[in-house]
Amino acid sequence: MKMVLSLVVWAVLWEIAGRLKISTIVPPFSAVIEAASEIAPTEKFGKAAIITLRSFGLGMLLALVIGIPLGIVMARVKGVGRLLGMWVNIFVSAPISALVPILMAVIGIGETTVVVTVFLFAVFVITLDTQVGITHADRSLVEMGRSFGATRSQLYSKILLWSALPEILAGVRLGAIRGVKGVVIGQLLVAIIGVGELFEVYSNNFLMEEFWALVTIVFLFAFAVSEAIAYLERRVEYYAASR
Amino acid sequence: MIVEVKGIGKTYDNGVEALRDVNLAFPQGQLTTLLGPSGCGKTTLLKIIAGLIPRNAGEVLVKGKPVDGPGPERAFVFQDFALLPWADVLRNVAFGLELRGVERKEREETARRYIAEVGLKGFEHRHPNQLSGGMRQRVGLARALTVNADIILMDEPFSSVDEQTRRKFQEDLLDLLRHHQKTVIFVTHSIEEAAYLSDQIALLSPRPGRVSKVINPNVDRMKTPDEIRRDRGYLDTVDEIWGMLRQYV
Amino acid sequence: MRRWQLASFALFFGLWELAGRWPVSPAFPPFSSTFLAFIEMLRDGSLGKAYLVTAQPLLLGVALCALAGIAFGIGMGLSRTIEWLSLPVFIILQAAPMAAIIPLLTYMYGIGLTSKVLAVIMLAAPVIVMNSYKGIRNTPPSLLQMCRSFQGTRVQEVVKIVLPHAAALIFTGLRLGLAMGFIGIVIAELLITPTGIGDLISYHGSTADYPKMFATIASIVAVAAISLHLLQRLEQRLFP
Repeated sequence: MKMVLSLVVWAVLWEIAGRLKISTIVPPFSAVIEAASEIAPTEKFGKAAIITLRSFGLGMLLALVIGIPLGIVMARVKGVGRLLGMWVNIFVSAPISALVPILMAVIGIGETTVVVTVFLFAVFVITLDTQVGITHADRSLVEMGRSFGATRSQLYSKILLWSALPEILAGVRLGAIRGVKGVVIGQLLVAIIGVGELFEVYSNNFLMEEFWALVTIVFLFAFAVSEAIAYLERRVEYYAASR
Repeated sequence: MIVEVKGIGKTYDNGVEALRDVNLAFPQGQLTTLLGPSGCGKTTLLKIIAGLIPRNAGEVLVKGKPVDGPGPERAFVFQDFALLPWADVLRNVAFGLELRGVERKEREETARRYIAEVGLKGFEHRHPNQLSGGMRQRVGLARALTVNADIILMDEPFSSVDEQTRRKFQEDLLDLLRHHQKTVIFVTHSIEEAAYLSDQIALLSPRPGRVSKVINPNVDRMKTPDEIRRDRGYLDTVDEIWGMLRQYV
Repeated sequence: MRRWQLASFALFFGLWELAGRWPVSPAFPPFSSTFLAFIEMLRDGSLGKAYLVTAQPLLLGVALCALAGIAFGIGMGLSRTIEWLSLPVFIILQAAPMAAIIPLLTYMYGIGLTSKVLAVIMLAAPVIVMNSYKGIRNTPPSLLQMCRSFQGTRVQEVVKIVLPHAAALIFTGLRLGLAMGFIGIVIAELLITPTGIGDLISYHGSTADYPKMFATIASIVAVAAISLHLLQRLEQRLFP
C-alpha cells in the first residue's frame, strides 16, 4: 500500500505542472478531476459508456466461451493442438489492429465490428494460456483420479480445470486487458461510437481537461478489471506453487 | 579452537526465536557437524558463523578475533549449489578469486587444480545445466577450496543428490580433507552422515535452537569406508544420537 | 513436426479460400486472389516502398525505447526509491489502452515521423521497462548470498550476478516490446496519417481493392510473426 502513496506524489506533480502551464496539453490535475465529475453524469458520456461496456462485455464473453474450450481441446487432442498451435502463437503477438479495416469493410461501421475486435484481441491469449495450463496440469493427479475410478467429466471438473485454473485466470486477465485495448482501438478506428468517438471529439476540439478526464476514467477501468481478475488469481495462488 | 561461538541468539522478524544462547567450540583441522531435526536452527547458526545473516546476541570468534561479516578465512558451500548458470565450470570454480581481483591466468590455474581434485577434470567448459546434481555440488566444493580458506562451511551439501552419489561424496570428502588441513563445519539432518564424517557432533534441539549435547564419535577412520559403516563405534554413535533425537520427531 | 506445419498451413489457406468464395461479403477475398494481389504488389514495388516507410518509425521507436526502457527498468530494479515512484505508474500503463492517447500525439507533433515514433515508444515502453525491472528483482537470493560469502562488493554483485541474470528477461522484454511496436505503428499509421503500410491498407480499402488490402494486412501480420519467431529462436539459443 505504500506504493499507492507514490501515485499521490504524481498527482501533486501533475497539479503543479498544470498550474505552471508547462505544456498546453497538460491541464492541472484538479481541473481534470473537475472535468471528470462534470462529464460523468452527462447523457452523452452515459451512452458512450454503455456502448463501450456492452461491446467489451460481449467481446470478452465470446472470447471466453470460445477460447477456453478451444484451449482445452488443443491441450487434450494432440492433433488439434499441433494444427492450430502455430496460428494461435502467430496471432497472440500479431498486430490485430491491422485486421480492423477489413472487419470494417466486411461487417460495416458499427458496434459489431468493435465486438469482433475485442474478441480477436482477447481470444488468442486466453486460448494459449488455457492450453498451457491444461497441458501442464499435474499428471499424477489425473492418474490418481483414474485409479479411483473417476469418469471423464469428473477428471475435467474435479481435477484438470482446477489444476489449470491459475494459468487460465492469468490468460483471462491478459485477455481482459487486451480486450480493453481492443474496444478503445476498435472505437477509435471506427470513430463514430463510444468512448473512441469521445476521444476524437475532445482532442480535435482541444478540450484537454475532458480528454484527460476520459483517459483517466478509461485507464482506471482497465486497471480495475485487471485487478479484479488478479484478486481471483490470488485466491488460487495458495495451491498454485505446490502443484 | 579456530572458531568459537559464544552466547549466540537469533530471533527472526516474525518473532520466531531460532537460536538461544548457543555456545560451541570448533577444533582446528577437524570436521564438526551440526545435527538436528528441522527447525533446530542449524542452518541459521551456520550462516551466522559465515557472516551471512546477522545475529541478535553473542559473538563469533575466528582465530580468537570477533567477526561480523564474511571473511577470506571462511568459505561456504550452498545446499542448492548457487552456481552461475551462464558461466562454465572453470569460471564458477574461479569465481571467489575473480571477486578478489586475482589475475585471470592465476585464478584459472588454481581453479583447474581443484577441479581435478574433486574429480571433474575434463568438464572445465561445461555449463551447470549440463551437469548432474552431484557434479554441480563438486563445483561448489571446488569453488570453496579454490579460495584457500581455512574454514569450510557446508550447508546440507549432499541433500540434493541421490543416495548412491551421496555415499560416494562422503567418502571423497573425507579423502579430500585428509590432504588439506581444513576445518569443516557441516550441517546435516542425516544421523548416519554425521556419524560417518565427523570428529565432533553438536546435537541441536529445536524451538528454540540450542545445543543439547556434543558427541565425539568413536570411529576408527583408518578403516575403509565400508568397514567404517560396520564399525562398532559408528553404529553405537548412530544409536546414541537417534535415542536423543527421536523425541523431537 | 514439419508435416503438421504443412497440414496446418494447408488447412488455414484452404478454409480461407472457401470462406472467400462464399458469397457472404464482397469485401472478403479468397486466398488465391489475395496471394495474386500480394505478388503483384511485390512486383510493382508498392509493398517494398511501404515497408521502408513503416520500418523507420518502428525501428527507431523500438531502439530508443530499448535504450531508455532497459536503463530505466534496471534503475527501478536497483533503487527502491525509483521503484516506489515508478512501479504503480507502469503497472497501470501496462494495463492501459495507450492507443487512446494517440489522437493527442497528432495534435502535438503533427502528422510526421515524430508522432509515429512516439506512438511506438508509448506502446512498447511499459513492457520493456517492466521486464527489465522484473529481471533485476528476480535475482535468486542464493546467488546473491554466494557472492556475499566470497566478500563480493555491491558493484561486483550487480555487474557479475544481477545483470547477467536479468539479461534473459530483458531480452524477452525486447521481443515483447517489438510486438507492441508493430501494434503501435499499425495503429499510428491508420489513425494519424496514412503512410507506409497503413496508407496501403486505407488506400486499397477506399478503392475497394480488397485483395490488395487484405494482402497488405496479411503481409504485416506475417512480417510481425516471422521477426518475433526469429527473436524467440535467438532467445532460446542465448539463454538455454
